[in-house]
Amino acid sequence: MSPQVRMINDIAAQFRHQAPDAAAAAIAEHIRAFWDPRMRAELARRVEAEPEALDPLALAAGRLLTTM
Amino acid sequence: MSLLKEPDLGTPARPGPATVSLEVDGLPVTVPEGTSVMRAAASCGIDVPKLCATDSLEAFGSCRLCLVEIDGRRGTPASCTTPVTDGMRVSTQSPKLEKLRQGVMELYISDHPLDCLTCSANGDCELQDMSGTVGLRQVRYGYDGANHLDEKTDTSNPYFDFDASKCISCSRCVRACGEVQGTFALTIEGRGFGSKVSAGGTDFMSSECVSCGACVQACPTATLQEKSVIQLGMPSRSVITTCAYCGVGCSFKAELRGAELVRMVPYKDGGANEGHSCVKGRFAFGYATHPDRVLTPMIRPTITDEWQPVDWDTAIAYTAARLRDIQSRHGVASIGGITSSRTTNEEVYVVQKMIRAAFGNNNVDTCARVCHSPTGYGLKQTFGTSAGTQDFRSVAKSDVIMVIGANPTDGHPVFASRMKRRLREGAKLIVVDPRRIDLVRSPHIEAQHHLQLAPGTNVAVVNALAHVVLTEGLVDRSFVDERCEDFDDWAAFIARPENSPEAVEELTGVPAEEVRQAARLFATGGNAAIYYGLGVTEHSQGSTMVMGMANLAMATGNIGREGVGVNPLRGQNNVQGSCDMGSFPHELPGYRHVSDDVVRGVFENMWGSTLQAEPGLRIPNMFDAAVEGSFRALYVQGEDIAQSDPNIKHVHAALAALELVVVQDLFLNETAKFAHVFLPGTSFLEKDGTFTNAERRINRVRPVMAPKTGKHEWQIVAEIAEAMGYPMRYDDPSQIMDEIAALTPTFAGVSFDKLDKLGSVQWPCNDAAPEGTPIMHMDGFVRGRGRFVQTPFVPTRERSTRKYPLILTTGRILSQYNVGAQTRRTANVAWHPEDVLEIHPHDAEDRGISNGDEVVLTSRVGATTLRAVLADRMPVGVVYTTFHHPVTGANVVTTENSDWATNCPEYKVTAVQVGLKSPAMAG
Repeated sequence: MSPQVRMINDIAAQFRHQAPDAAAAAIAEHIRAFWDPRMRAELARRVEAEPEALDPLALAAGRLLTTM
Repeated sequence: MSLLKEPDLGTPARPGPATVSLEVDGLPVTVPEGTSVMRAAASCGIDVPKLCATDSLEAFGSCRLCLVEIDGRRGTPASCTTPVTDGMRVSTQSPKLEKLRQGVMELYISDHPLDCLTCSANGDCELQDMSGTVGLRQVRYGYDGANHLDEKTDTSNPYFDFDASKCISCSRCVRACGEVQGTFALTIEGRGFGSKVSAGGTDFMSSECVSCGACVQACPTATLQEKSVIQLGMPSRSVITTCAYCGVGCSFKAELRGAELVRMVPYKDGGANEGHSCVKGRFAFGYATHPDRVLTPMIRPTITDEWQPVDWDTAIAYTAARLRDIQSRHGVASIGGITSSRTTNEEVYVVQKMIRAAFGNNNVDTCARVCHSPTGYGLKQTFGTSAGTQDFRSVAKSDVIMVIGANPTDGHPVFASRMKRRLREGAKLIVVDPRRIDLVRSPHIEAQHHLQLAPGTNVAVVNALAHVVLTEGLVDRSFVDERCEDFDDWAAFIARPENSPEAVEELTGVPAEEVRQAARLFATGGNAAIYYGLGVTEHSQGSTMVMGMANLAMATGNIGREGVGVNPLRGQNNVQGSCDMGSFPHELPGYRHVSDDVVRGVFENMWGSTLQAEPGLRIPNMFDAAVEGSFRALYVQGEDIAQSDPNIKHVHAALAALELVVVQDLFLNETAKFAHVFLPGTSFLEKDGTFTNAERRINRVRPVMAPKTGKHEWQIVAEIAEAMGYPMRYDDPSQIMDEIAALTPTFAGVSFDKLDKLGSVQWPCNDAAPEGTPIMHMDGFVRGRGRFVQTPFVPTRERSTRKYPLILTTGRILSQYNVGAQTRRTANVAWHPEDVLEIHPHDAEDRGISNGDEVVLTSRVGATTLRAVLADRMPVGVVYTTFHHPVTGANVVTTENSDWATNCPEYKVTAVQVGLKSPAMAG
């Protein structure tokens, strides 16, 4: 598993108590605030290439990031 | 300055306003109620003779030298034990008193070696001084009677000797060990003439003594004397500076004889330590002059080449050229650096400035990443700033102290002594730790509750504590309503049945009733304070746990006054400072995000450079990017990542993949094995700058000697930046602090001049608080309202399995410090020559392991060999080790798991197996 996928799945697990849309937005915001652009680019690639590896909330956040 | 002798007023100060007026030898003086006559006299410049009294200890009244006469009172009371009363008239000198004092001194001297001229304490001996003060001219008893002159000297301690023949049995050492240090290792053995100081019936090295030096400092004669003073002679000048070990940040007088450092003596006016010390700061400074230190820059084209010593100009030009070359081939973001929590604020600041302004990216991180980065995240989310809430003195006002994931007696010993003093006075103690740390039960202290939780279940426990507070109606509603936000959502979350102590009992291993009682005590016991360490942060939910503790403190109203608060015990001397100085890849100095255009604009104007608005790589991300290939060069300031970071195989692979590793350090450490440039650093004795301790106290670090390398570390960094084409010029480090103050609102009022004037200040220090801020969030939180954050428990993915059935947790011990680069090069190795694996006797028996056996510790990422020590401090199923020695390499087995928010490694939970080392492996 790539570091980016592992890390976003870890983050997603912390927001599971929130409504899905709010959780995805919070995860995306966190990544936007703390991740280097190359890590976000790699995540975007993984979102397209192996969506099944991502937690559903992580996947939603990953897709949100591409539109931010 | 010449040798600084601080005034000794004889007995401790008493709190409160000066309301009691009296006359001493005709001089009027007004002092607080409860003050001794001795201290009142000293306050108006009259020193009453004394031997058993010193102002760090409560009065004892044994030496009978400090007798005085008081109008209207019979006899000659001891001034140390006599409290002042209003209107009292005291005489400290009279023929009668003179005769009495001379009589006392005669008795002392009749049983004391008369070797003053050759004694190591000659010139620094209170017995010698008092003989002169009382006018002793004869010893009528002679010297041939029964005496103690043949008592043997105990030389077992590596740092000080105990010469019993010189002891006057004043008990100052015994009382210092108890009152100041709180260890109670010393006692007076025997009775009457046979009374003598004893380290519990054995020698000092074999005793419970922790070598803090309090006894040596308290001794009025040469009985307890530093070996360095015996060997080198009495020092002649002092430099006041700050210790470079843990985050307590003790102030010391470095005492020198000529250019040679003789001893470090804790400074009474030091705000953090107030005259106390531990074995590391007091004695373990020999590494600074150890022959292993490299003093000349070195370069090599590849890591298989021999090092070539070069001059500074060559090293700096080589470093700059290679960094620029790599950027030209791989892009601006292909290089970065790591700042060190062992260096000064000024040295950290210039490294992050070099990276942001000269490298042109935000690839800067700090070793705080692997310790307290979750503190930064968690406290900022809840309170609005990344810092502990209290000063150390605050603990004296606590009624309930909760210690979570910290071992203060080993990790932060000088603060632990303050805490133990308060506990002996009656404060209640709750310990939350998988390990039965010493605080749980030590002399005169016993925890009311030890929540011995399973590693990795912190959040479940803190949620359960909060659940009890909420559901049993123990919330401080007025505090919450006036000061906080998002309470209702949090309350709904925390009230859920799955957060109850009963629901999590099986998971955490902590009996529900114990949790309930602890929660009630915390909420209703008066001022309740939380102190925590890496047992909180170094988990996959480290940041969540920090927020959980903040929630608990807010819910119970324990924020914003003395005696309460949420207090990180920082690991290294300048963890707080390195974070304050903008070492994180997403934050500029003062914890302001790089994406903030206004803030970035201020820095761009001052620095004359365009700054990136995107966050850079964190340390673990740098390793991943190095392996992946987009990160090509790393500048490492004073951190041994090849030993201290988790999953060492991965770290080594990353370092080996880099084109350029620059190491700036005292020693050729493990990381230097992967380095192409070695830039010799300076020890704290050579530095000129500031450290910021765990209570936000900015202390001056003053040079005791010139840099042995010929260059200050900030100069090296500035010259590399210059060589890369970015102008960075300072004449001295005070200019760097001035720049920090100009750019950082919380440091706006800080300058070297102010620090020299006030001694130290605690940030925020600005127009609103020109002398600093000991207690934060008093009238409101930094973020306005304190924010309750929901903290669901998410178990770590690191689980014990059939293959790896035990959980390893790690920590450190008193005598050693982190990776041991400093303490392993001192006599402290006498206490800890190797890392060992503590294993519960049941787990050992299951595996056929006996005490002292060599065992193999294996996790899914690696294996190492240690010696087993059977101990029941941990529950069954949990093993423990330290990481002070590279040969054992505890981080060979730790994993890539990290805190979800900050990537702080999960050092505290690793699934492992332990087995006897087989004869084949041994062979």
